[in-house]
Amino acid sequence: MPDRDSPLRDAQRSAGANGHVPVQTPPIIDPNPEVTMPDEPVDELSVELRAGGVAETAPGHLVGSAQPLGVDVSGPGPVSTAPAPSGSTPKRPGDRIFSALASGSGLFIVVLVVLVGAFLLWKAIPAIGDDKTNFLTSRIWSVGDRANSFGIAGLLWTTVLISVFAMVVAVPIAVGIALFVTHYAPARLAKPVAAVIDLLAAIPSIIYGIWGIAILAPHLTGVQNGLSSGLGWIPLFKHHNNAVGTVFDGGVVLAIMILPIITSISREVFQRTPRQNIEAALALGSTRWEMIQLAVLPYGRPGVVSGAMLGLGRALGETIAITIIVSTAGNGAPFDASLFGKGNTFASQIATGGDALFAHPGPFIAAGLVLFVLTFLVNAAARAVVNRKTVS
Amino acid sequence: MAKRIDVSDVNIYYGKFLAVSDVNLTIQPRSVTAFIGPSGCGKSTVLRTLNRMHEVIAGARVEGTVALDGEDIYGAGVDPVDVRRTIGMVFQRPNPFPTMSIYDNVVAGLKLGSKKISKSELDGVVESSLRSANLWDEVRNRLSKPGSGLSGGQQQRLCIARAIAVKPQVLLMDEPCSALDPISTLAIEDLIQELKTKYTIVIVTHNMQQAARVSERTAFFNLAGIGKPGQMVEIDDTDKIFSNPADKRTEDYISGRFG
Repeated sequence: MPDRDSPLRDAQRSAGANGHVPVQTPPIIDPNPEVTMPDEPVDELSVELRAGGVAETAPGHLVGSAQPLGVDVSGPGPVSTAPAPSGSTPKRPGDRIFSALASGSGLFIVVLVVLVGAFLLWKAIPAIGDDKTNFLTSRIWSVGDRANSFGIAGLLWTTVLISVFAMVVAVPIAVGIALFVTHYAPARLAKPVAAVIDLLAAIPSIIYGIWGIAILAPHLTGVQNGLSSGLGWIPLFKHHNNAVGTVFDGGVVLAIMILPIITSISREVFQRTPRQNIEAALALGSTRWEMIQLAVLPYGRPGVVSGAMLGLGRALGETIAITIIVSTAGNGAPFDASLFGKGNTFASQIATGGDALFAHPGPFIAAGLVLFVLTFLVNAAARAVVNRKTVS
Repeated sequence: MAKRIDVSDVNIYYGKFLAVSDVNLTIQPRSVTAFIGPSGCGKSTVLRTLNRMHEVIAGARVEGTVALDGEDIYGAGVDPVDVRRTIGMVFQRPNPFPTMSIYDNVVAGLKLGSKKISKSELDGVVESSLRSANLWDEVRNRLSKPGSGLSGGQQQRLCIARAIAVKPQVLLMDEPCSALDPISTLAIEDLIQELKTKYTIVIVTHNMQQAARVSERTAFFNLAGIGKPGQMVEIDDTDKIFSNPADKRTEDYISGRFG
């Protein structure tokens, strides 16, 4: 302890701090001087009068002047800053209009989703009732003027397989790109790279489709043959010699298509990693990669998950590129778990419906309903993952 | 395992902007050195050059030498990662890793460099570090709970435990109590008194009484003038700084006649 008869004493006085620790709080500092205002009736009155435009145009409000705080509160237009009694917060016109607009928009989207769901159910249920085969387990799709036989087993498998495959390919790459852009690349490189990735999202899916089947797919046969010669004993990689237009081809193109959305959402969250978490990791002596594991990835995880789910949602519904790239397996073809097989997704089956789509929309709408439910479940799962507490 | 730090002719830049100029000071092992001075004078900046944390800001750089027991930490071939493992740091705001448990927070530094350490050894370090940080009794039954669930003062002590778990030579503290209430502040100050028997401690503080209470040596920083870089005015024994400082500017500052 330094000498008490020292400049320290002055410091104590002027800084309003106390000598021997903290237990006594300095009385000088008033946490919020404005709070004292209502204690002075004169001030209150003058506040009221200053807000006087209201009182003049609507003298009736002055009746309440025995309770000055209440007066302005009930009036329209700009009112006094005096705290309102709890429970009777006034609504100003701007607030009212904006809140109506906001609630209306919120309500609109809910109603819209409900209406879409209701429409699908309304059209799908009779069609499923008329189905000559089991809707859930059949692999046949025969819709025409005669009795309809249709099942979604094949569609469901192909849709899920191709989308999950695309996601498994895209997520690590997207996270890698996002980390590169946010934590590795020099600033002058980061911006262009990010812009190029975003540009991928601007390419129409028909272009992806043409490019995928005409240019990419022939190059992928080698990869497919290689994978299946090594891992062919796993049903997922069962051998299909030199097949072109496979689920694998479609999945790779889908992966490229969903890359931008996953990348840009991951990039956003990685960029927002709190500085203090990053510095905590670095100050412990972590390398850049260790810092990313300690600070960036745990913070960004929910963002990556929601980006991945948005990507999956897009993949599930992607139509034209898949329709162009993936060949159909043939009606009622036996189940094939392989990535190197062929098939139809919900979307491509509907898109290739042709005249039947208009003559007998029911079966297609039933397929659409299943896709709708599937997407819904994916979103719900994503929400659950994002909301889950990260520490058990 | 405490080391001495010699700072000589250090200029610290943010890009082209010279933030602090010409710092020369020596920090003695097994003692507490306090940095005081007005806001924006570069105390924290100087502190951050002592473990090469300054350079994590884009464009930031340092000229001069900072020697840890004679070895320049800015020398060619010195890895800043190794420097930071030797010189620990505690920040202004408690910053435990939010997604990690108390236990994982303490051992976070130990697991770096892909070292494999047995569970029993980790358990031992967790207990001894938390005991050293005076936090063990409060958290021993909830080590698997998130570190972010603790109070601010407990979080700060958790951060201190995390910093000392890796057995650093030096502990840098950047206003460790500024976000804490008086009781927690007292707990941290007591802790600093205990830690200085083992570590070299440098603490930045805005609270002059705190500097007077905890430190043996005090360095006073201020701005050379408006628009000019920060500088170190003097460093001396704390008693002397607060009773009879050599420099008029120091006296003005601690007596409240500053600026």
